[in-house]
Amino acid sequence: MSDARDQQAKFRRQQPLPIRFVHWCNALFIVLMAGSGLQILTAYPYLGPRGALYRWYPLQGVAPPSWLTVGGWLAGGRHWHFAIAWFFVLNGLVYLAYLFASGEWRRRTFIPARDAAPAVAQFLYYARLRKSPPPAGFYNGLQRLAYSSIIIIGVAMTLSGLAIYKPVQLHFLTMLFGGYDGARVVHLAGLALIALFVATHLVLVALHPREILAMITGGKRE
Amino acid sequence: MNSRISRRRFVAGAAAASFLAGCDSYPVKTFLLAMKDWNAGCEAALFSPARTAPELPESATTPEAAFPEYFISDDAPDVPPNWFLTVGGLVERPGRFTLAELRAMTQTSMRVRHHCVEGWSAVASWQGVRVSEIARAAGLKPGVRHVEFRSFDSGYWSSWDLPSATHPQTLLAWGMNGHPLTTGHGAPLRVYSAVKLGYKMCKYLTEVNFLAENTGGYWENQGYDWFGGV
Repeated sequence: MSDARDQQAKFRRQQPLPIRFVHWCNALFIVLMAGSGLQILTAYPYLGPRGALYRWYPLQGVAPPSWLTVGGWLAGGRHWHFAIAWFFVLNGLVYLAYLFASGEWRRRTFIPARDAAPAVAQFLYYARLRKSPPPAGFYNGLQRLAYSSIIIIGVAMTLSGLAIYKPVQLHFLTMLFGGYDGARVVHLAGLALIALFVATHLVLVALHPREILAMITGGKRE
Repeated sequence: MNSRISRRRFVAGAAAASFLAGCDSYPVKTFLLAMKDWNAGCEAALFSPARTAPELPESATTPEAAFPEYFISDDAPDVPPNWFLTVGGLVERPGRFTLAELRAMTQTSMRVRHHCVEGWSAVASWQGVRVSEIARAAGLKPGVRHVEFRSFDSGYWSSWDLPSATHPQTLLAWGMNGHPLTTGHGAPLRVYSAVKLGYKMCKYLTEVNFLAENTGGYWENQGYDWFGGV
């Protein structure tokens, strides 16, 4: 990194404008994608091909509650899902481009050599097995792990979604997920992980409300 | 306190109502329809006439009782007496085909995965004549861009893009898993294709028309995607 960029990064806000913009777009897109996805799942709330449903899946035949769905019926859910998908992916690409172009990735992404040990220590601290939190930079190790994992989950959701959408035209992709029904499993598991991420995220920002403000105003210059 | 709660409730209710109304509003509908058209274009662009679905081994076959039947009539419609298939539209040689005549043409058998718009998949083998064979026999006139399939299942129909209809894995099938179609699976003749969702595969066929225009379809006219490719 050049001195000028170093200097620039020094006076950057906690949450620079591009990050705030994609964050709130993403919040909207994830709600719409999850809701329309659950509407699609409602049409056939099973995993596994006909005549050979997966025995390990505990929710066979359990449709999601209708208040969680977007689109009203299967065709409506599909229209929402395939419309917002483009914006979700575009938004993700803008985020990744900014992350790397700005150098923000240094303080946000999980680099195992740097962050693995502090992440474990942070976990032990949260689990009350350790008295004091480990020293942390802009984000602690666990935050970096979460914010990096969710990017990988987003990529997996995009690819598994394409594999379900076009199992013949994008057959190589579908095979990557173990076939059409395998791709559905990955796509639903990804939704469960995103839901877990969002739930944890909401609890943590509720405990640290100043962070919500920083995601709106940008927060203080570092 | 009471009035505060009711006011808060009122505000929340009004917000929810306006959001729900928003989902049906003109700009949202316009946006969704524009994206639907855009996606149909992307689907057509992604479709390759040369790309085929993998043929599966016999061991992959779904038990036939577990393969869903589909018709829109109250009961599976019975084959009308003296059934024949009418081939028409912009063709040099419009005509009628009996089942025996269709079975005397070049036959194709394939075992592929079926993809339903609902999200389920199943496997069967299908025996019949390629739509491309029918097109060759009838001789397409210039300007044909769509193929319309019509049925005796309460008027169910579906129209397709010509490239998908003449794909080597799109058949007029009389057989499933080596035996003639059962009443529940579209006897005596149905469309079967590896490159479309199930609702595009018109069963209980009566007509195949090669047309210039897109004539929609039973589900397509109610809002389902017209291209419906996989």
